[in-house]
This record gives sequence, C-alpha cells and structure tokens, in this order.
Amino acid sequence: MYTKKVMDHFSNPRNMGEIENPSGIGTVGNAKCGDIMRMYLDIDENGIIRDVKFKTFGCGAAVATSSMATELVKGKTIEEALQVTNKAVMEALDGLPPVKVHCSLLAEEAIHAALWDYAEKNGIKIEGLAKPKTDIHEEEEREEIVY
Amino acid sequence: MEKKIYLDNAATTKTKPEVVDAMLPYFSELYGNPSSVYEFAAQNKKALDEARLTIANAIGTESAEVYFTGGGTEADNWALIATAEAYEGKGKHIITSKIEHHAILHTCEYLQKRGFEITYVDVDENGVVKLDQLEKAIRPTTILITIMFANNEIGTIQPIKEIGAIAKKYKVLFHTDAVQAFGQLDINVDELGIDMLSASAHKVNGPKGIGFLYIRKGIKIRSFIHGGAQERGRRAGTENVPFAVGFGKAVELATTTMKERTKKETELREYLIKRVLAEVPYTRLNGHRTKRLPNNVNFSFQFIEGESLLIMLDMNNICASSGSACTSGSLDPSHVLLSIGLPHEIAHGSLRLTLNEDNTMEELDYTIDKIKETVDKLRKMSPLYEDFVRRR
Repeated sequence: MYTKKVMDHFSNPRNMGEIENPSGIGTVGNAKCGDIMRMYLDIDENGIIRDVKFKTFGCGAAVATSSMATELVKGKTIEEALQVTNKAVMEALDGLPPVKVHCSLLAEEAIHAALWDYAEKNGIKIEGLAKPKTDIHEEEEREEIVY
Repeated sequence: MEKKIYLDNAATTKTKPEVVDAMLPYFSELYGNPSSVYEFAAQNKKALDEARLTIANAIGTESAEVYFTGGGTEADNWALIATAEAYEGKGKHIITSKIEHHAILHTCEYLQKRGFEITYVDVDENGVVKLDQLEKAIRPTTILITIMFANNEIGTIQPIKEIGAIAKKYKVLFHTDAVQAFGQLDINVDELGIDMLSASAHKVNGPKGIGFLYIRKGIKIRSFIHGGAQERGRRAGTENVPFAVGFGKAVELATTTMKERTKKETELREYLIKRVLAEVPYTRLNGHRTKRLPNNVNFSFQFIEGESLLIMLDMNNICASSGSACTSGSLDPSHVLLSIGLPHEIAHGSLRLTLNEDNTMEELDYTIDKIKETVDKLRKMSPLYEDFVRRR
C-alpha cells in the first residue's frame, strides 16, 4: 500500500521530537479525524530554518509526510520553505495512496502554521503566507456511496 | 520472530488441511451437477445433503431449513430484503442495533431509501443491546428484529435468548447475524427463538465464498437469486458442491472441537488481556469483560493512532486489525467503538486481536512485547501525549 520511501520515513522518522523555545510552533489537524501534526521551527537572524522537529498523531502516511516535510525545509530560507507544497512532499515520497493525500496537505499546513506563529511572534509579515486553516478536513470532499 | 503470528481470525481463518482434502475430489473427478439424474451426479447430491445436515445439526435444526449462499453478507442481504418485501403488507418497520456489521447496516440504509423505517437501538458501554429500548421500539408495524449474535469488533455477545423471547411475545420475526458466533458458541435456534440466522464458512476454517441462511419453516420469504430450482427454489444457481463439502467438514471439526478449543482460546485471551492492561498504561479493554467471544480482544491505547500501530506490528510479522478511520477508508473511526461511547481519538487508537487454537503463549509473549515497544514509540511521537504529559 505504501512506497518504500513512505515506509522508510514512517519506521525511521527524521527530525522527530521537540525544540525548546522554538521560533515558531504550529499544530494542525484534529484528533477527531485521526491526525494531528505539530511542527517546531528554529529560525536564525538571517531567516534560515536552522532546525525543525515534528510530532504527529496519525497513520503511517501522516508520520512519513511530517518527516519528509521537515527534511525539505531544514536549512532553507523562509521563502524556500514556503515553496514546499504538499505535491513536493508527495513526490519526494514517491507518491501516496489517494486516500492519504490529505496527510501531505496537513504537512504543508503544519509548516505554514509554524511560520505564521514565527511571524506573529516577531511582528513581521511573510510575503505569500496566509493564516493557516486549523483543520484541513474542512474542505475535503469524499466520495459518497449510495446503498 | 521469523514466523508470522496471525491474530486476525475475526477477519478470516486458515482453511484447514482436512477441509481442503475433503473439497479436492469435488473439483476434479466428482464434478457432476447435483441436479442431474444419472448416477455420477447423485454422489454430488449426496455430498451436498450431508454437508447441509451437518450444518443444520450444528444449530439444532433440520436440513430443510438451511440454504447455502455466497457468504454471510449475501445471507444478511437476503434475510432483510426478502423479509421486507414479503411482510410489507403488515408494516414497514425494522429494528436493529447501532453496532451491526455493515452487511446489515448498509442493507438497512438501502431499505430506508425504499420507504422502510429503521430503528437503531443503542448499546451500553460494554456493547450490549439495550433490551428495554428494543422492546419499547416495537410497533404494530414492526416486521423484523435483526441483532447480531456477537460483535465482530469488540466480541460482545448479545442476550439472544432474551431478544428471541421479546420477538416471540410481539410476534415479530427475529434474524441474527451469527457470522462471528457460529462455531464459537453453542447455538440452538429453537431454544433461542431465532427465526433466521446468517453464517459464513471462512470464519470457521472453511473456504471463502460460501455461507448459509437458516430460515425457520413457515416463514414466507422469497427467492433472492432467481433462476433454477436449486435450494428449493429459494436460492437459484448450480450449487457450489466443493465449497459446501468444505463448509460441512469445517463445521464438523468446529463442532467436535468447540469445547476444548474455546477453553484454550479463553485462557489465551485472558492472559493477553491481563498482561496488556497491567503493562501498558492508559489502555482500556473494549467490549464486555466476560460476555465476549472466546477469541476476541480489543484494546484502545490512548494518544496513538491504530493504523501506525498495525504497520509497526506488521513489520514484526504480527497480523492484527484496528477500528481507526485510516483502516476503515472513511474519516470516522469504527461505528461500534463510537456507539459504546468512546471519544473519536480513543476510538482511533484501537487494536483488535482475534485468536485461534493454534496460537501459543510464546507468540502472545512476543506480541505483548512488541505492543509495548510500539505503543511507547508512537506515544513519544504523539503531540497528544506531549500535551498530556505537560498538563499532568
């Protein structure tokens, strides 16, 4: 069901943990739907993401997308981090099953939420960053089976 | 452990070698159609009759009331839809429970769209159907009560005899989906007041793709599959003789070993429950503590999600299942776990382990170790656990 890369990131997640006194922290998703992601960012004075950590409650794909997203933004500038879309996360994982695409959206959203928190804390505006939704399932449509 | 540890016997069971051996001749040399008149085919008719009798005896009835179907789901569909059609003159109201298998619930939805009214009775925190609510739900227009014998997820056994008595008192038909209970529990349809009963072969070490519906004599429900005169005209189509023979063999084995087998499974179950509850903190057992299937264990581990747990157990060669949304293909976790009152996030963290007689203590010890390791690993990853620790 999952690609080798997804399984690798799920069983050996990169950058899992917490950062004390992070520059920004973002939590998205909800326990009701079964996935929550939390991202911690440590951003230096030049706007470079020095360190990133995550914690995730969710399925294998949720853990793997969180892990991959942290790898893709680590060492990058804020602007570069904003370019890390859910598509980029999925591609880096060699794809996700269709029902798990929302996990990659959640990963993108978690990064944005942490950046938003960083911007608010520092009273700055990040170009191209909108206030993140707290729950990405709001807009998700699902196929309904009629019996 | 190199060897696979199979703890998902509620999903399906291994077809026993004796069952396969019994079936094989009916694929090759004994391929005749039971409906044919020549001697060659008569052997097939005989084999079919014998299998039917074995199954009928296992539920305390006679063979004229047992109809082979393509599985438990078909039997459930048939029982509900055909009863609805046959008795709609009397009324269009059906009573079921909130924790039925989807073979029942989705068939009820189908009927609801066609003008039938369905009452979904609540269960208590152990998953036992609320009998007072069930009795109060009965109306003059009620034509059927359908309540499962035992639940497939949490293993809770329903008060079938009491429900049978209520159905009789109000002259309402009583169907039970016994897919999980058949072969594991003593069933006598007369003593329990059951009018219709569905079961499946592959849950009792038989082949997949065959089940049966018991229909008490005198119930006027019609054919579900139209065609030839097979199954007394009620379920047309050339009989699947090899599968029926395999089903018969599986039931013969299940019946003769039931006492011994369920005793062993219960011991293993109790060992598993006691150790996990004692050794993994923030864990609960779902389902009734004692009135549960001998082979069923269902836990919820707080702060973690079930699919992750399943994948990690799979990496250690352990096969299990979960009621988390990610494994059900929907956003909601199991309707059964929600119906017993679990909050969503706890329902997402469920793990079902269903045993068989071949499981060993050694396998269980290994599994318990892996559960402890995995739950711990996933909790360290979980923001919910982090928040919980912080608040504490």
